[in-house]
Amino acid sequence: MSIILDKVNYVYSEKTAYQIQALKDISLKIEDGEFIGVIGHTGSGKSTLIQHLNGLMRATSGGIYYQGQDIYDQDFSRHKLRGKVGLVFQYPEHQLFETTIFADVCFGPKNQGFCKKDAELKAFTALRSVGLPEDYWYRSPFELSGGQKRRVAIAGVLAMEPEVLILDEPTAGLDPKGRDEILDQVAKLHQERQLTVILVSHSMEDVAKYVERLIVMNQGSVLFDGTPKEVFSHYQKLESVGLAAPQVTYLMHDLRKHGMQVQGTATTLEEAKHSILQAFAEKGKPIC
Amino acid sequence: MKFIEARKLIHEYIRRDEEGNVESILTALDEVDLDVKQGEFVAILGHNGSGKSTLAKHLNVLLRPGGGTLWVDGKDAEDADNLWAIRQNAGMVFQNPDNQIIASVVEEDVAFGPENIGVPTDEIWKRVEKSLKSVGMIQYREHSPNKLSGGQKQRVAIAGVMAMEPKCIILDEPTAMLDPNGRREVLEAVERLNKEKGVTIILITHYMEEVICADRVYVMDNGKVVMQGTPRGIFSQVDTLKDYRLDVPQITLLAYELRKEGLQIPEGILTRQELVEAICRLY
Amino acid sequence: MLRDITIGQYYPAESVLHKLDPRTKLMATLLYMVSLFVFRGAPGFAVVTAALCLVIWLSKVPFGYMVKGLKAIVVILLITAVFNLFLTPGEAIFTFWKLKITYEGLQNAGFMVIRLIYLILGSSILTLTTTPNQLTDGLEKSMKPLNKIHVPVHEIAMMMSIALRFIPILIEETDKIMKAQLARGADFESGNLLKKAKSMVPLLVPLFISAFRRANDLAMAMEARCYHGGEGRTKMKPLKYRRLDGTAYIIVFVYFAIVIWIRIA
Repeated sequence: MSIILDKVNYVYSEKTAYQIQALKDISLKIEDGEFIGVIGHTGSGKSTLIQHLNGLMRATSGGIYYQGQDIYDQDFSRHKLRGKVGLVFQYPEHQLFETTIFADVCFGPKNQGFCKKDAELKAFTALRSVGLPEDYWYRSPFELSGGQKRRVAIAGVLAMEPEVLILDEPTAGLDPKGRDEILDQVAKLHQERQLTVILVSHSMEDVAKYVERLIVMNQGSVLFDGTPKEVFSHYQKLESVGLAAPQVTYLMHDLRKHGMQVQGTATTLEEAKHSILQAFAEKGKPIC
Repeated sequence: MKFIEARKLIHEYIRRDEEGNVESILTALDEVDLDVKQGEFVAILGHNGSGKSTLAKHLNVLLRPGGGTLWVDGKDAEDADNLWAIRQNAGMVFQNPDNQIIASVVEEDVAFGPENIGVPTDEIWKRVEKSLKSVGMIQYREHSPNKLSGGQKQRVAIAGVMAMEPKCIILDEPTAMLDPNGRREVLEAVERLNKEKGVTIILITHYMEEVICADRVYVMDNGKVVMQGTPRGIFSQVDTLKDYRLDVPQITLLAYELRKEGLQIPEGILTRQELVEAICRLY
Repeated sequence: MLRDITIGQYYPAESVLHKLDPRTKLMATLLYMVSLFVFRGAPGFAVVTAALCLVIWLSKVPFGYMVKGLKAIVVILLITAVFNLFLTPGEAIFTFWKLKITYEGLQNAGFMVIRLIYLILGSSILTLTTTPNQLTDGLEKSMKPLNKIHVPVHEIAMMMSIALRFIPILIEETDKIMKAQLARGADFESGNLLKKAKSMVPLLVPLFISAFRRANDLAMAMEARCYHGGEGRTKMKPLKYRRLDGTAYIIVFVYFAIVIWIRIA
């Protein structure tokens, strides 16, 4: 039960002067229930990658298997696949169109062929699970704030009851509080429903805080694939491709250079705090 | 010398129903006082909907004050005769880079402002070259803006404002739609203009990392200025900032958390260097 | 994909054609179009073909890039060919049921398709070698006399250049919206006409809303940069005829005269 990518290549504008290889021999296995972060520059291929997972883009070569089935098989319904692998794009403005939020969220399940009643039931559950207060439901989606629009967009995909949820930079343009709220909500969905979540992000601090597995894309290839700790331990290599580790990781390395016995692998604020406090405690120095 | 002086500035968005009766009033600016000196780098922080963009639009007279007084570059913003002089001296850069580039070639876009104010042709060429150089985009002068990255487009937009030779540039969330590299490019360009050319900068943002190099920071919430001071002074009040839906850079937050645990780290740590030194001093 | 449409997309290069005044190019394009419908016989055909080849070579735009633009009009070409093929009376060379292909039809179809292809290629050279701004400047200046009868020439020109700048942006946006709705299970292809039209709503609503927002933002950005109409505006690149343009005019008129002469003679 998983998504498997086998040597996937994707080439834009093949055989022209503008030819760009967006994906190079990508082989990955995404297990059920994982919380994965994907990071990389604009143009590193991360957007192209996620659009392959639900069949929106077709690999130039290589195979993709969903739950053991070849998604490029003649009999395989890619239309159904999009219900199973839900993809929420960066700008909610690109998908909201109905007169009310509730009707908009019904769009997905209706396309899947559910009757009005079932679609509404699914929309109801989805809107509940993204934490949008009920008095908003019958308002126009265009009156909402940025953060609320994101929620509705996520609900619009969740209503299809996907097994995998992919979010493309869900926090771009949100203020700090809005960002934390959305990510907390996503983490909750992952925990409560065992939903496989793939989070595309630019923020190292965010992925370090939430995800269990981190895939770093660079120039169409997978540069690193592992736990955030493993990946961020290569912070020098990350820097050489223009990415960086979270600020606290650098701090810990600096402290070690100054002879302090702290964990060099800390990637989140909590870990850093504990490690620093522990170092003080071990030295037997009163901290007050 | 004072460049901007706002006293009790008020702006209300009034929504009317079909008969013209007032349905609701949203006070976007509520008695805002703002002072910016010539050559200063001032940041205005606030969450989405706090009124910071409305304030920005007043400084360039895209909106007229509903109450209070506003003086920009020694001119009364309410006097219609001052409109073009103010717009020329207080240039503005907006959030979405695509929606502010008018021409299909970089250099022609940069020339748009000077063309509007009637600068002679020879002078336009000089200004276009100078302003593209000042943001490091001269090698792209003949490119189409569509092929540029977000950070590059935003730098073109800044060059377009610079070509009008303003005393001040107001940037309304210029980095909200950019990736980290684009954000860095834009900020470096802005800082350089401030340091090297002495241009007054008013940066509106909700990214806390971006205000560290500002001279002064204003924090807005609900149309009011709720905090003001140096970045250090502002960032030492972590709890208050959180109340205003903002947060502080990770390093500042770690310093604050360690302080709460009893470590004697000074307030308002801004950089990694400072925190490393503070911790090592205690160790 | 929609992004592949290249008609009207400026192609930056250093060529003689890029350096010409847009008014010269407008005039030349106009005369070339007329000549396509005037020429007759093999000698005329040779002249218009030679002229096109020469101009393509001079433009320094890769031929493949230009031809890609033709893809968009393949349907029109086919329809034209079919109509000419079957509906021209004359000596039949092939009969099938009530349809017959005539020798004259074959000839007409061939010429019509070639004319259309030349027409598209010829006019796309204009847009490939002229920036939209130059083009609108050229139109603005050529049309200036209309100002006297209260045609808002400057405003129209400004609108055109903005439209040209935003077409690629909106095409890209359409692509993104389409993908976002496909990800929600939307179906833009199957069903009858009514169902297809209905399926466009989730695409068009976000597109229009975004276009209006862009228009609003752009108007504000223009105002912030002191735009207040055409009055008192100067130009970075004012249009000025150069010697090159004089030469070009002479060549174009000579070409046109030859085509006419072949036709009459």
